[in-house]
Amino acid sequence: MTTTSRSQKALFLALNIVLLVLFVFPLFMILVNSFKDRVDIVRSPLSLPAEWSFKNYSEAYTTMGFTSALLNSLLITIVAVILILIFSSSFAFFLVRWKWRMNNVILMMLIASMIIPFQAIMIPFVSLFGNLHMLNSKWSLIYFYLGFGISLSTFMYHGFVKGVPKEMDEAALIDGAGKVRLFTQIIFPILKPITTTIAILNVLWIWNDFLLPSLVLVSPEDRTLPLSTFYFFGKYTSNYGVAMAALVFSMIPVVIFYIVMQRQIIRGVVEGAVK
Amino acid sequence: MYNEKTFSSKLKVFMIFGFVPLFAFITVIVIPFLIGIFMTFTNWNGSSSSFDFMGLSNYTAAFSDPVFWTSMWTTLKYVLITLVLTNVVAFALALLVTSGLKGQNFFRAGFFTPNLIGGIILGFVWQFIFSRVMTYAGTQLDWGFLSASWLGDPDKALWALIVVGVWQNAGYMMLIYVAGLGGISDSLLEAASLDGAKFWRQLFSVKIPLMVPAFTISLFLTLQRSFMVYDTNLSLTKGGPFRSTELIAMHVYNEAFVYQNFGPGQAKAFILFAVVAFIAIMQVSMMKKVEVEA
Repeated sequence: MTTTSRSQKALFLALNIVLLVLFVFPLFMILVNSFKDRVDIVRSPLSLPAEWSFKNYSEAYTTMGFTSALLNSLLITIVAVILILIFSSSFAFFLVRWKWRMNNVILMMLIASMIIPFQAIMIPFVSLFGNLHMLNSKWSLIYFYLGFGISLSTFMYHGFVKGVPKEMDEAALIDGAGKVRLFTQIIFPILKPITTTIAILNVLWIWNDFLLPSLVLVSPEDRTLPLSTFYFFGKYTSNYGVAMAALVFSMIPVVIFYIVMQRQIIRGVVEGAVK
Repeated sequence: MYNEKTFSSKLKVFMIFGFVPLFAFITVIVIPFLIGIFMTFTNWNGSSSSFDFMGLSNYTAAFSDPVFWTSMWTTLKYVLITLVLTNVVAFALALLVTSGLKGQNFFRAGFFTPNLIGGIILGFVWQFIFSRVMTYAGTQLDWGFLSASWLGDPDKALWALIVVGVWQNAGYMMLIYVAGLGGISDSLLEAASLDGAKFWRQLFSVKIPLMVPAFTISLFLTLQRSFMVYDTNLSLTKGGPFRSTELIAMHVYNEAFVYQNFGPGQAKAFILFAVVAFIAIMQVSMMKKVEVEA
């Protein structure tokens, strides 16, 4: 804006600060109280801790099984996202470059499926895969994420692949590359910007997902971070300090990810939404 | 180039590029969806080998369940209020973080933070805020409306959910509005300000009409997200007190997995799907019309 006056600027800045404080206040409260003992929290939840004790953290760490939950979440998210990227990019390449009639039908099916909410298929999903004994395994969960992630990711890649000139393909094929090499060495590298966006959207979704893993993962040792936080809270509702420390633990990884990848995350979310 | 002649060469291309993703998509989404349709007309419990066709009785059972209607009504209230508040807040935030101040990226990042964290964790965060921090502040300041936890009061618990929903989503929608505002050319705004249009006039006569596409997307996303909310609902109120905040997604879950009513539960899930699809399509097509006029 060209005509913003000095006083207007000051007003905007003040508003910004007040709103930001309001926004992060709940998270700040959790952090502050995670260092206090139970009595302190109940007596004065708003005050800073008299002494900063890490006792809650050590207790939360062991009881919530943080290491195992973190490793499960990392394994599931990383493997599932890599599979989604590989298979949806190649699928989009296939759907764009081969003009078979079937390919249009597939694309329409992918688009139509995006309005189906998980709740609408959750009951048959559980009975089907329960009968096939595919529940209770991290690897099945990864496969399910691939299935649920294919439609949106393929759709986003589809728009991007269409923009890649066909001359690229022709040049590579004339140079003697096979179709697999053409895709892996020419096309996929060109798709890098959209790959980042798709990767980020899928990471945030899979990392934070609760309902699907809660239906699929039965054994405690398979639990992801949201799951272990949930079960931990069921037992620890009255022991606030430890519960707060557990919440901080479950937020740390994604906050680190955010600090490192902030620009790409914000850009990715915008691009993903506007598509 | 791409004109494989023989069936075997076509099959080879398909096996390399299309088979795995198509197989995963069909097994994980399409087949359960078809089984789901089938379930709504039978009394199949998902695992036994025998079942009977029930006609529409699962749907009539769903429609005649008063708890379902209460839940649907609560959800509609929740969605409507969250939709309005989220987008008003998000739009205001977008105006603030694009007003040319220093440190805008910092503020954007801050407002977006809740979106990084999963709903289960956000619900627990706010459970603590509502039950401990707010009641403490309410008693200290002698503010009646805060002195008892909102989560224990059937009338206020829904508002607690709304607060969390708005807080969670406003930062996300803000980014969409920021992109929309960025798409408006500076020369238009300059022309408007030369014509003497002040802040509010510029806002209502230039910016908002030009941002209809951003509103379409953002309203659509808010609508979908708030209709389907499950995890914050679970960790914040568990649907209580007295099932007063059992939103429709949780109701469907409970019907199937807690009360084991698979047929009626699946019928309810399909009604939910139909309602969401209908409202979303209506919203987008109505907004598209406005877009053309603007």
